[in-house]
Amino acid sequence: MSIELRQISKQFGEVRAVEGVSFTVQEGELVALLGPSGGGKTTVLRMIAGLETPTGGDLFIRGQRVNDVSVQERNIGFVFQGYALFKTMSVRQNIEFGLKIKKWKRADIDARVAELLKLFGLEGLGARYPHQLSGGQRQRVAIARALAPKPSVLLLDEPFGAVDAKIRQDLREWLVRLHHELNVTTIFVTHDQEEALEVSNRIVIFSRGRLEQIGTPREVYEKPANEFVARFIGVLNVLELKVQNGQARLAELSFPSHGVPEGNTLRIGFRPYAVQISAQTGEYRYRATLKHIFFLGVLLRLELETPSGLTIRTRIIKEEFNRLGIAEGAEVSFQIREYRVLSREGDALSHEVPVAQLVSLAEGI
Amino acid sequence: MAFKKPSPLPGFGLSLGYTVFYLSLIVLIPLGALFCRVVTHMGFAEFWKLATTDRAIHSYQLTFGASLIAAAINAVFGTLLAWVLTRYEFPGRRLLDALVDFPFALPTAVAGLTLADLFSRQGWLGRYLVPAHIEVAYTPLGVVIALTFIGMPFIVRTLQPVLENLEREVEEASATLGAGRLRTFVSVILPTIMPALITGFALSFARAIGEYGSVVFIAGNKPGKSEITPLLIFLRLEEYDYTGAMAIAVVMLLFSFVLLIGINLIERWASRFQN
Repeated sequence: MSIELRQISKQFGEVRAVEGVSFTVQEGELVALLGPSGGGKTTVLRMIAGLETPTGGDLFIRGQRVNDVSVQERNIGFVFQGYALFKTMSVRQNIEFGLKIKKWKRADIDARVAELLKLFGLEGLGARYPHQLSGGQRQRVAIARALAPKPSVLLLDEPFGAVDAKIRQDLREWLVRLHHELNVTTIFVTHDQEEALEVSNRIVIFSRGRLEQIGTPREVYEKPANEFVARFIGVLNVLELKVQNGQARLAELSFPSHGVPEGNTLRIGFRPYAVQISAQTGEYRYRATLKHIFFLGVLLRLELETPSGLTIRTRIIKEEFNRLGIAEGAEVSFQIREYRVLSREGDALSHEVPVAQLVSLAEGI
Repeated sequence: MAFKKPSPLPGFGLSLGYTVFYLSLIVLIPLGALFCRVVTHMGFAEFWKLATTDRAIHSYQLTFGASLIAAAINAVFGTLLAWVLTRYEFPGRRLLDALVDFPFALPTAVAGLTLADLFSRQGWLGRYLVPAHIEVAYTPLGVVIALTFIGMPFIVRTLQPVLENLEREVEEASATLGAGRLRTFVSVILPTIMPALITGFALSFARAIGEYGSVVFIAGNKPGKSEITPLLIFLRLEEYDYTGAMAIAVVMLLFSFVLLIGINLIERWASRFQN
């Protein structure tokens, strides 16, 4: 394996930035470190690079313990959020900087620089200074510079943070293709869950310095380990229901109590796609008015309001919406197809409860 | 005006007029008058004779030589000082930072008196240096020390903002590519601060060329040994030798002008990576 963290911790004075994080990254993987800002993901990346020293735990790169190996000797490539290009050097000088330090032969340096300029679509820009480049070009120079000395791992801190939305999409696709071609182990930090889902082979999710879950994009989306992950990946609607007479209730909605004692609160979560809507008011259990329609492109976001004023947010694909033939203000009926029982935040989630079971349990109110 | 481009900012004509007028009033007219008087009052042969006496030539060598050495010393140690003041937090940093301006604020005569006293045979430093055959007072070395003292703040104050704006990430990027501290400083930091360093050097140098007050006390002003050009001009005036004074003044003017243009060109070259 390429990188292994064992119980890695980092404390800045009194602040515990990272606590007991363990995971491994295989050779050639493309891994996203995902989490809200202040979650510790950048600190983990910087510790792998050697820019921060862990205050606890062991760090291995290609089987060698590197806790005490200096950043200069770790043979990693690091791409900074602001690119950190050497502005007094041309593109060519930036790229060959690491090679000169490693004392490559002049001919080898020239060949490597030419190869990278070509690979990164920077041909003819070798003599330019960073201030003469566009944002996207600067980023490509930063990645080329990091990759030039053939590092064992490429680390990127928020690689798409500083560019606008359209270019960001191109860059994502480009990074995936680049990784495919070079097959270098790559770890990148992002706070954007969409980006992590789209680009990476595996996602490591952090919050408040702890590792919440590690898995493929599909695993973390479909089987979130806890409420934090469920809410952070994709959209999760959360309802807090009061248990009365053996039923958990909120306004018109009622669910089985799932063993929560009388008078206590049951929290459930469901994806916006789990709400089924019908134009016939009698088809599903609950009635509501369609208050707002938000057009998002292929998707639409709908806001339903029950007679007692509870708002339910749903998402629906455009074709499904057209088939329903409803407009703002329409009376509809809906049901929640599947949901999860959420306990306290951080605890593991229960399995998903399908609607058939719900209906049978909900009968006899 | 052909070079006037349409601009959303009004008042270009007015501001250009003001700039030219003000510069003329303060700089160009006095200097031009000096130049004209030399050209109209003496022939070239006479000018050359007055401006190139042995005593005058020695004073040029001392003034420009000592100023260059002082500016070079400041470039090294002023950079170090600015580096320490911006990069490290330590008790008393603010006090040290305030002390940097001291040579600015101190009347130069006071500075000269203090230095002369310090390095005289009975002075605190002089009593140890003189027996060790290091003569500071009344020698060119004393001139260099005085000029270093008054030029120091220029380097520190021009470098500080640039050092403060250095991106930490750039140094880290250099480290991730395998560069040690020294290599990072020489290859990455130094070229970045070079334009500011040259500006500071030029300011320190220009100030040293014109310095009078702090030097005359410590220099001893022995003709042909420790006499600086501004003092020689002053002596010529005291002897009512106006033409002699002016000839020397014009030489200084031309020298300074050429040197500053040269430094400006180097500075432009050093900042070629900027917009």
